Amino acid sequence: MVADHILSITIFFPFVGVLILLFTDKERGQLIKLVGFLTTLATFVISLYLYFEFEPTMPGFQFLYQAEWIQGLNIRYSLGIDGMALLLILLTTFLTPVALLGTWNSIKERLKEYTIMILLLEVGMVGVFAALDLFLFYIFWEAMLIPMYFIIGIWGGPERVYAAIKFFLFTLLGSLLMLVAIIALGYVVSTMPGGVFTTSFLDLQAMAPKLPAAVQGWMFAAFALSFAIKVPVFPFHTWLPDAHVQAPTAGSVILAGVLLKMGTYGFIRFCLPLFPQASINFMPYLSILAVIGIVYGALVSMVQTDIKKLVAYSSVSHLGFVVLGIFSFTEEGMQGAIIQMINHGLSTGALFLLVGMIYDRAHTRQITDFGGVAKVMPVYATLFLIVSLSSLGLPGLNGFVGEFLILIGAFKSQFLASPVYSAFAATGVIFAAVYLLWMYQRVMLGPMREGGLYHGVRLTDSNLRENLSLAAVVVFIVWIGVYPATFLGKSALVSKHLVQKMEDIRRGANVRGIIGSTIQ
Amino acid sequence: MSPFPFTPLIVLFPLLGFGVLGLMGWRFKANEKLIGIIGSGSVGLSFVFSTVIFIHMLGLDVAERKAVVELFPWISTFSGTAATLSVSVAYQIDQLSILMALIVTGVGFLIHVYSIGYMHGDPGFWRFFAYLNLFIFAMLNLVLADNFLLMFLGWEGVGLCSYLLIGFWYDRKFDVGGYPPGKATTSDAAKKAFIVNRVGDVGFLLGMFLIFTTFGSLNFETVFSRAAVLTIDSATMTWLTLLLFLGATGKSAQIPLHIWLPDAMAGPTPVSALIHAATMVTAGVYMVARCSVLFAMAPAALAVVAAVGAFTALMAASIGLVQNDIKKVLAYSTVSQLGYMFLAMGVAAFAAGMFHVLTHAFFKALLFLGSGAVIHAMHDEQDIQKMGGLKEHLPTTYKTFLIGAIAIAGIPPFAGFFSKDEILWKTFSGDYGSVGLWFVGLFGAGLTAFYMFRLVYLTFDGEPRYGHDKHPHEAPKTMTVPLIILAFLSVVGGFVGIPESLSGGNAIEHWLEPVFAPAILKLRITPHAVVALEYVLMALSVGVALAGIWTARKIYVYREEVWRSMTDRLTGLYRLLWNKYYVDEAYDAVVVRPTVKVSESFLWKVFDVSGIDGVVNGTATLVARVADGLRKIQTGVAQMYAVVFVAGIVMILLWIVFR
Repeated sequence: MVADHILSITIFFPFVGVLILLFTDKERGQLIKLVGFLTTLATFVISLYLYFEFEPTMPGFQFLYQAEWIQGLNIRYSLGIDGMALLLILLTTFLTPVALLGTWNSIKERLKEYTIMILLLEVGMVGVFAALDLFLFYIFWEAMLIPMYFIIGIWGGPERVYAAIKFFLFTLLGSLLMLVAIIALGYVVSTMPGGVFTTSFLDLQAMAPKLPAAVQGWMFAAFALSFAIKVPVFPFHTWLPDAHVQAPTAGSVILAGVLLKMGTYGFIRFCLPLFPQASINFMPYLSILAVIGIVYGALVSMVQTDIKKLVAYSSVSHLGFVVLGIFSFTEEGMQGAIIQMINHGLSTGALFLLVGMIYDRAHTRQITDFGGVAKVMPVYATLFLIVSLSSLGLPGLNGFVGEFLILIGAFKSQFLASPVYSAFAATGVIFAAVYLLWMYQRVMLGPMREGGLYHGVRLTDSNLRENLSLAAVVVFIVWIGVYPATFLGKSALVSKHLVQKMEDIRRGANVRGIIGSTIQ
Repeated sequence: MSPFPFTPLIVLFPLLGFGVLGLMGWRFKANEKLIGIIGSGSVGLSFVFSTVIFIHMLGLDVAERKAVVELFPWISTFSGTAATLSVSVAYQIDQLSILMALIVTGVGFLIHVYSIGYMHGDPGFWRFFAYLNLFIFAMLNLVLADNFLLMFLGWEGVGLCSYLLIGFWYDRKFDVGGYPPGKATTSDAAKKAFIVNRVGDVGFLLGMFLIFTTFGSLNFETVFSRAAVLTIDSATMTWLTLLLFLGATGKSAQIPLHIWLPDAMAGPTPVSALIHAATMVTAGVYMVARCSVLFAMAPAALAVVAAVGAFTALMAASIGLVQNDIKKVLAYSTVSQLGYMFLAMGVAAFAAGMFHVLTHAFFKALLFLGSGAVIHAMHDEQDIQKMGGLKEHLPTTYKTFLIGAIAIAGIPPFAGFFSKDEILWKTFSGDYGSVGLWFVGLFGAGLTAFYMFRLVYLTFDGEPRYGHDKHPHEAPKTMTVPLIILAFLSVVGGFVGIPESLSGGNAIEHWLEPVFAPAILKLRITPHAVVALEYVLMALSVGVALAGIWTARKIYVYREEVWRSMTDRLTGLYRLLWNKYYVDEAYDAVVVRPTVKVSESFLWKVFDVSGIDGVVNGTATLVARVADGLRKIQTGVAQMYAVVFVAGIVMILLWIVFR
């Protein structure tokens, strides 16, 4: 009974908070914040049920639920998760309360609307990861876009409108293509022998791989473009620095932490299983773009003058790793990609929180405005260091596990068939140390500013609430770094089956190739 | 059941120390005694356990001296296929790892005790000990790991601690190579160390990947046993070992990645002694020794290792001749001595190289701690030109420092003589050595003796050259007792490796024999009989060392005007050495500045903002323009619409008629 509806409950629970907020006086700021925080916290607790009841040794989807929706078109309200979706849902439900707690006093205007937007956003995000019907997926995907647009556009920085529209248009362009592709896919499948129009992922998964290569190619391209913009894969990334820098802190945390993952999630969930042959055909291009993104993002990140922009560009580099891992089509790479999605959500989310905390105090994010902050904010500086080290992939912390698996996967991949990808990507590890430590040095180390004044403000160390929100993240940073099996175990089967599928196709192609050449 | 079930405890104690001090140290930060006891005690316990295991090993058969204790799986993929990644947190005891563990915990313990005195009164006292404990933890992971990945954890972990400790006084000014004078702080040195190390680490990482694809595992036992029986094409093995060696050059400050170590002297002196002399920097040597069988499959790589080692030894020694900062001289000396160790590895004298790791840990830790006592006495003065005559005021420091200097110069029967001579002899006589390399080594030995005694004489001999405001005084007991112990070890430490030719048993070589046997077998090395030539060479290297000492004495004790004029004029070779061959400047001009410049002026501001985003915004502007144009058509003037309407009809009719 509970198992049937648990996904729906997790997705829609934030509505409870929305409902309460609708009847709350907008002047009562503390109450509004409390309702928002407690609702998201409760959602997290609910989602823990998924964690404990999930059976990692069972292949396929769990907590399945289906209801008729648009009968004529065979579109259903269909939910279910596998190990990857489980991890991403937990990341979402975890990061949302953390973001709210960490930015408790950052929002001063229209607090009620803001909190409602965050709650609506959470509904969309969890829905995206749980949807097993492409149409439903699309609905959630778009539904999530709208609150994000408002969060950037209303509560953002000085350039917020430009950034919000840019974010919206970029994503919309991609998602409209995806909508067309979803409809086209349903139609093409219906023309196959015994086929009907459907948007059910499980049905499509059985049919779509049989599509001719050319059709697969077009479908893949439409989906891939949409996801690539979201990730963002170089060169579709320019919306990201603007959106991140302008968004309020909690928006940045969620944007970096969860929204970017929808792109990479989309690749793994839809592109690879539905269009395996096309995925292999497109593999070289995406891998090259991924490697370019890794190096390019790191280099551009290195020379930023705004801390937040630096973190934003570093996302381009980190997500490049994830894409490279996916398209290595190895178990190591796939597992690495999945865990790296979680890692990036934690580390970069925490980095944005940290940047927000210092911005709330000094009202500047220019690196040159700081220096020697460690002297005035020792606890903050320590947490900043731990998170930075996690982000630059220090062994023993989470980032290393993902990067290592991805790089070793790319190195041995029979598909990429060259260690060059991995070698170039590995230089990203050096540059990550450069941009993070250089920034850390210029902000935190060196002599303290005269009188401890920064931008005319005497800084105070992070308070208990802020430390709690960061400590929650640090726990997972260390946990994943030391004992990643807890999390890798959940997604192991997903990776294994997917890679098996790609491997079968490659072997099949090889066999055909050999036969072909012997006949000639 | 492993014969050494308590192995993980060795690693655990320092971690506990770090946890207690790191999380709660600030609560009792005024209680230096308690902090000192926790910090030193945790390492002391590790030393005790290491010693117990070592003694236990002595009583066992050679075949039983190796065991692994597995704690828990770390990074694994779960498929059933052959090349599955499966790495555990597991610690291995064997002859090599216990040797390293003893050095790390033993010398580490002494330096912890010394730090109690040295860091007295520092507001970051608790933080310092927390970092030191973390370092010992990481270093023990490095040497006790039973697989490459856990070793890499330790490898980067010690790099982190090095970063934290070099920049311990992160607001102090410090001249760093590659930065304009007076502009850099210790945090620049720290960052430089970490990043240069990362370059090497990527080599290590890629080498590790190649090991995984070649041998299907990252576990030492599996990899090495497969390597012993497999034949693998030499190109793969050369790549593999050279990548690993790139990692080693980073950690052990060899050319071309040696530039960070002299700047690492920005850290407190106990850090220089522990991390940048006795233990961490020898990690690269240990790694090559651990992978000896892999290197044995790539003789070309061995030749590179030997050449890099010899060349580094000579280059660093030559720079050491002219430096005036007491710690910088020792730093270049360390780079140079590490070069000797790599020379040994390169000529397949693995045991001799490890022997030098051991003796070097004693005398170099001693010298650094001695320099710390001097700096302490001189109120943070490090320029030896402003010292002189200190032997009167610091008798214990002087005597122990002198012992260290004699040891490193290679005068028998002090520790350095045996290990260095072993290396030189193996270089000369070994199947993979050469006379040329031997000569470089010998020449470097002469330089070593010279710069060491230059240091001794300028610091301790002659007239005082410092102002009357300074009143040098001997260091407290917590500092002098470690000095005395290390001095004792620097005298007798070499006795574990007295060669057969001097009727010694060369105990350390025999002890390590099982570890290096597969490599020696691969390389088809046969033991040499003792020949008369060995005595000749031995006499020669002692002669060279004595000549170096004699020259230094001549110049720096009796002829002040000579060295004064050399330092003042800074011409030709002297200037080249003084500026460390301009390597920092070259890297800065060729690598650092162009990368930043291109990233900033081109990639970001042109390519990203104007290029990609320009296209994006350009599209938007284009759409807006077109829409703007189209808008103008819609004038609302009905007559105009009628005209267009008629024109359209006419055109359609024309088309129908004439098509």
